Amino acid sequence: MPYDIAVVGGGPAGLSAAINARARNKSVLVVSNDYRESPLYRAKQVDNYLGMPGQSGAALLDAFYRHAEETGTVFRTGRVLNILPLDSTYCLSIGTEVEEARAVILCTGVSQGKKFPGEAAFLGRGVSYCATCDGMLYRSRPVAVVGLAPDAPEEANFLQGLGCRVTYVSGRRPEGLDPAISWVKAGRLEIVGEEAVTALRVNGTDTPAEGVFLLRHAVPPTDLLPGLTLEGGYVAVDREGRTSLPGVFAAGDCTGLPLQLAKAAGEGLVAGQRAAEYVDQLSDSEKIDSIKKGE
Amino acid sequence: MSVLHLNESEFNEKVNSSPVAMVDFWATWCGPCKMLAPVIEDIGAKYDGKAVVAKVDVDENQALAAKYGVMSIPTVIFFKDGKEIGRKVGVQPASAYTQTLDANL
Repeated sequence: MPYDIAVVGGGPAGLSAAINARARNKSVLVVSNDYRESPLYRAKQVDNYLGMPGQSGAALLDAFYRHAEETGTVFRTGRVLNILPLDSTYCLSIGTEVEEARAVILCTGVSQGKKFPGEAAFLGRGVSYCATCDGMLYRSRPVAVVGLAPDAPEEANFLQGLGCRVTYVSGRRPEGLDPAISWVKAGRLEIVGEEAVTALRVNGTDTPAEGVFLLRHAVPPTDLLPGLTLEGGYVAVDREGRTSLPGVFAAGDCTGLPLQLAKAAGEGLVAGQRAAEYVDQLSDSEKIDSIKKGE
Repeated sequence: MSVLHLNESEFNEKVNSSPVAMVDFWATWCGPCKMLAPVIEDIGAKYDGKAVVAKVDVDENQALAAKYGVMSIPTVIFFKDGKEIGRKVGVQPASAYTQTLDANL
């Protein structure tokens, strides 16, 4: 059975969308990194959330998460890599798992930075976003892991365990990184090669690599869902939170300024309710279709 | 069976002998590949008798994956008379694959 609604992202927008869709009795799956990795969690004090000044971001998020959990939201820790439209549902790939939902709400936050030079050109020719997907193809070969997400060291260890020769690139050597993995301090990055990737260039110095794994916090919405319309770098939505794709809604920072908690929670509410309505309409039209077929 | 599961020895025979073939390079441990599986099955059924639609498990057929430079999965490669005419890396909607098939049939 597919979920009624899959929410991508577990920040304030996603959690607000989840509780509002649950209030309409929809089954809801929230896929996200650990919510404690949200930038809000590190905010010492939030003073502009109505009626609740002086709270820490952590206290707020803890409360939001508990609230969503108590409503019966299903949580899955992981990174959504792709969303594929099927006939009347969307299929989401989450690491090595797959889930299906009738509507999707994107609450992915602000996309972290631009693509690196060479990234788009070498996608599928050495550039990968998923160590568990593509790691096996690089066994016994040199690879570079660009660690931009908290779970990146784990993924690097996984690659090393497969037999890849891993170089890890990040601001500082992370704890828990396999001692056998060499580390290079991150700088200006460029992916270079000819037919396929041959190296990761860091501040002008090449680290030989046949694979470059770019492990970011989240996959940008347009890479998740080809065909999604953007506006000024953000996901384009109408006042109902509808994107350019049917059954796909968006809320929070990924839809644009201001990047504020109250706006995210409000948009999450709108998207959660509208997505629930969309699912109801879908069910109605399916019922009508099946009655027609029965005649 | 409309979707063929090919190993190295069958690959040349089936793919080279067909005017048009579409091969999905995949693996059991790849989430996006699982997602694409029903799409490939569907295309296999629709193009039965018109084009060869096949799958290659890259884990069991590493030499084939290496030969065709498959470096990210899923990768779907299109062949005409055994020669590669295009490839699509990553999961794409069914229409992306059928357009390429239709253009070459």
